[in-house]
Amino acid sequence: MQNKNTEITVGMFVVAGLIAIFVLAMKVSNFAEFNDKEGYQVVAEFENIGGLKVRSPITMAGVRVGRVTNIRLDPETFNAMVTLKLSSEYDGIPIDTAASIYTAGLLGEQYIALEAGAEDESLKDGDILDLTQPAIVLEQVIGQFLFSKAEGDE
Amino acid sequence: MIETIRSLGRWGLGSFERLGRGHLFLVKILMGIPELFLRFSLVIQQLYSVGVLSVFLIIIAGLFVGMVLGLQGYNTLVDFGAEESLGVMVSLSLVRELGPVVSALLFAGRAGSALTAEIGLMKSTEQLSGMEMMAVDPIRRIMAPRFIAGLISMPLLAAIFSAVGIYGGFLVGHGLLGVDDGAFWSQMQVKTDWYGDILNGVLKSVVFGVVITWIALFEGYDATPTSEGVGRATTRTVVHSAFAILGLDFILTALMFGG
Amino acid sequence: MPLIKIRDLHFYRGDRAIFEGVNIDIHRGKITAIMGPSGTGKTTLLRLIGGQLRPDKGTIEVDGQDVHKLSHRDLYELRKRMGMLFQSGALLTDLTVFENVAFPIREHTQLPESMVRDLVLIKLQAVGLRGAHDLMPNELSGGMARRVALARAMTLDPMMIMYDEPFTGQDPISMGTLVNLIHKMNDAMDLTSVIVSHDVAETSEIADHIYLLSAGKVIEQGSPVQLKRSTSQWVQQFMQGLPDGPVPFHYPGNTLEQDLLERKDAV
Ligand SMILES: Nc1ncnc2c1ncn2[C@@H]1O[C@H](COP(=O)(O)OP(=O)(O)O)[C@@H](O)[C@H]1O
Ligand SMILES: [Mg+2]
Repeated sequence: MQNKNTEITVGMFVVAGLIAIFVLAMKVSNFAEFNDKEGYQVVAEFENIGGLKVRSPITMAGVRVGRVTNIRLDPETFNAMVTLKLSSEYDGIPIDTAASIYTAGLLGEQYIALEAGAEDESLKDGDILDLTQPAIVLEQVIGQFLFSKAEGDE
Repeated sequence: MIETIRSLGRWGLGSFERLGRGHLFLVKILMGIPELFLRFSLVIQQLYSVGVLSVFLIIIAGLFVGMVLGLQGYNTLVDFGAEESLGVMVSLSLVRELGPVVSALLFAGRAGSALTAEIGLMKSTEQLSGMEMMAVDPIRRIMAPRFIAGLISMPLLAAIFSAVGIYGGFLVGHGLLGVDDGAFWSQMQVKTDWYGDILNGVLKSVVFGVVITWIALFEGYDATPTSEGVGRATTRTVVHSAFAILGLDFILTALMFGG
Repeated sequence: MPLIKIRDLHFYRGDRAIFEGVNIDIHRGKITAIMGPSGTGKTTLLRLIGGQLRPDKGTIEVDGQDVHKLSHRDLYELRKRMGMLFQSGALLTDLTVFENVAFPIREHTQLPESMVRDLVLIKLQAVGLRGAHDLMPNELSGGMARRVALARAMTLDPMMIMYDEPFTGQDPISMGTLVNLIHKMNDAMDLTSVIVSHDVAETSEIADHIYLLSAGKVIEQGSPVQLKRSTSQWVQQFMQGLPDGPVPFHYPGNTLEQDLLERKDAV
């Protein structure tokens, strides 16, 4: 009957739409990361975060290990408190690991790179990273360079 | 002069009355939705004429829009040495704006106008009246299934449009212009957010689906029951839907991505 | 007690009065005809009885219920017991003849498919169109469409059927059949029939009682025999179809002279 064909094509249409949403989720967006809820969060205190944003990537030896989930200003120290969400897959990161903010390419986006420490104890949820290196702000670097140049000339 | 003011006043009152009737109509449709779960075959029938019959148009349009985005985006980005960001550009443009908006405009032209013409014709041939006298409420029997079908179809169509468009952009970017495919997809994944971008885009298209179907059904239901009246109602559906889509898109974008 | 009781009915389209104080009783088991020149509001009257239009004043009671005071649900319950045959047939154009007749059954009952089929074929047989059950409405002539609509109106075995101009557009043979059918159905199924028509001959053949409407009022009522004997000029003109007499052929408005002069002024 006519009805059967209608039902089948409608079914195909709905499936195609859902596949499209699935593709958008898995292939186009960062849906996959959102799903590992078992990640753990640590806080890192930076003097200056430059252009770092929520959702900026966190890498270790160039491998993606997590992302920034929150950024706020500490009202007393006036430092930036950055919350990092690390994938539970990487649960053996030493507690004395250092965090630095780098830029991908000259004008690219900023990300946090972790440098493994040497302690046996591992980072756990709620820990604080003490060893941090602030973002390099291009204007400052250029300013310093010009300043030292001028000093050298004298 | 006084005559002008008077007719302006009459026009104003008429518009308000129509607006009121339109909202009442929507409320009645919404009240008819629960019983549709018992007769879902009615909705399936409409999913076919509203959704399935629009798929082909949506796929073709999505493919070409994506390919153009790839081409134009590349030409702009290459000047900054940022052609690796082509994926991000294509995906964000499609998922946030072009996917929901363009597919909604096409949907209004393809499915919305057909709905208005169908309902208007049913009205002018007394089919709606006839149904009422057979104790079958046309709002529940005819309008509600079409409304649900529009609401379900629109986000699916918009998702298909965006997905096909992104592949179109990839085809041009990678296949034709030689952008690295790893960079294309990985940058896209980093910068395209599931909640912020994709789900908001889907939400937009649900809103558009509701509004277009509502306008289309009401214009048909409220049409003057003559061939000319139905013709005018069909035109109005397309025009009003387009205004509603663009206006709502601005508001929704400001709410979702503005703050 | 009459099945339909109309009291002091007033209805306006804009400023134009369609009904001004109409009283009508329609008795159970009888065929009542409501006649009048076209444009007097016969169709409008049926829509008022069916609750699709609201009177500006006065009441319409059907089976003891005031139609316009009923809730949406009760009105729809009442309509299940009212059949109505529209002037155009009002068939659903995307369904076959069979599905059109089956429509009310499918909507209102849970009968198994085999019973639906039997019921539909019996009704179609009654109107002589069983062979046409696979056709689409656009493949039917106006007269056939009306007969399908009649079969559809009968499917739920209503207590009454309202016919809007059932005879117009029928060829002489099917006209005869239809007149017979309405008559037989009324007796066999214990129906109450309301026929709206301006076909004097056919209607007076089967009607038990006739109301004549003109200019928003009931002009005359009685059995067909009584009306034929009426001394009123108006009734005589209508019943005999004379072109000249008190019934105006023209829709009310300015005189032709006025309109012509007005146009000259405007130019
Ligand atoms: N929808 C409408 N809007 C305005 N006037 C109408 C409408 N429908 C009918 N009328 C007017 O009401 C009068 C009665 O119409 P109707 O009941 O169809 O007459 P008839 O007796 O021929 O069935 C007509 O003169 C017509 O001008
Ligand atoms: Mg009429």
